[in-house]
Amino acid sequence: MSGKPRLTYFNGRGRMEPVRWLLAAAGVEFEEIFLETREQYEKLIKDGVLMFQQVPLVEIDGMKMVQTRAILSYIAGKYNLYGKDLKERALIDMYVEGISDLMQMILMFPFSPPEAKEKNLDSIKERATNRYFPVFEKVLKQHGQEFLVGNKFSWADVQLIEAILAVEEKIPAVLSGFPQLQAFKVRMSNMPTIKKFLQPGSPRKPPPDERYIETVLKILK
Amino acid sequence: MAGKPKLHYFNGRGRMEPIRWLLAAAGVEFEECFMETKDDLIKLQKDGSLLFQQVPMVEIDGMKMVQTRAILSYIAAKYNLYGKNLKERALIDMYVEAMMDLNELLMSHPFQPADKKEQHFANMVDKATNRYFPVFEKVLKDHRQDFLVGNQFSRADVLLLEILLMAEECKPDILAKFPLLQSFKARISNIPTIKKFLQPGSQRKPPTEEKDVPKVLKIFY
Repeated sequence: MSGKPRLTYFNGRGRMEPVRWLLAAAGVEFEEIFLETREQYEKLIKDGVLMFQQVPLVEIDGMKMVQTRAILSYIAGKYNLYGKDLKERALIDMYVEGISDLMQMILMFPFSPPEAKEKNLDSIKERATNRYFPVFEKVLKQHGQEFLVGNKFSWADVQLIEAILAVEEKIPAVLSGFPQLQAFKVRMSNMPTIKKFLQPGSPRKPPPDERYIETVLKILK
Repeated sequence: MAGKPKLHYFNGRGRMEPIRWLLAAAGVEFEECFMETKDDLIKLQKDGSLLFQQVPMVEIDGMKMVQTRAILSYIAAKYNLYGKNLKERALIDMYVEAMMDLNELLMSHPFQPADKKEQHFANMVDKATNRYFPVFEKVLKDHRQDFLVGNQFSRADVLLLEILLMAEECKPDILAKFPLLQSFKARISNIPTIKKFLQPGSQRKPPTEEKDVPKVLKIFY
């Protein structure tokens, strides 16, 4: 037993990607087990390893943690990425939850039927540029600090850089009206742990492709 | 200005109800401002009161908090309903996230289109009785304590009671196979603050009736 956290999920982004980002940003090495077949998944359920019969699963500090938000909160708390007091924590939670709603749209996008894809892409663009990005542009402009909350690197910064890059993959010019976010993106990308995560060969997963979608649908039926 | 927390939502359960429950359980009095029409929502949006243009919104301790989970986490931590350390918090978070998944199913039931209602109901009952309730029945059986986590009253207990009661409203015999959940329900219902909340005249909201659904939808869509 190595002591490193061990992640169990499909070999792709999905709901596990924010966990990979946060561990990487915190400089924590981790191992991964990839679900490839329905049998593997059924075995995990039979073994009683998945509390609610779902992945993500992260084995960490003697716990078999499930539920993405629970996992992320634990990691953030453990590695001091959750602000210094209750009010900073509240702010981080609000920002992370908002970004998570946007990421949910991106998560579901590959699974939408072909005829809905254009409309869904427009929705992502609309929400990013009218609801979410303006908020963080304004936050950064108002306090002029490097990080979103409390002048200190936190989970909120990691979640935002992940979201920016994910949206840009679909809508390349999405940051054109957001100079603060452009600078934020450069700044975050240059932080040593994040820079490393953004390099080829890291545990970061590529955008979902046909094979990934097929695997997920086959395993989750 | 300290003042009581002020809740902004429509006059119904929806996503605000767990917040009402948690404040009540903590013995915290609160005020409510009900949106009746779309104009009420637009006014809040135009005022800049809603960070992501959405409700729930709770004015508390000088903040205008949005995002249900952020609000619940803040209240839980402030009133010591979040466990005594990171690991208890992790357990509470896992349980709460699962309950929120089930709450999503229960809460959205009145809003399902007529042709989807039956299937939605069946799925709800299946998940409650096969995925979620067995876990909490087992937790209580394994440790034989009064509360779910750390032998201490927490937000997990509050949410579980709320969920159990809502599930019973949908299907009165839904707890038939879960004796420990039945005794949990009785026990937690008798906690003074909760007992008070369960009495007529409290701020607890009734289930949304079909006839009220169009009015609610008009506010948001």
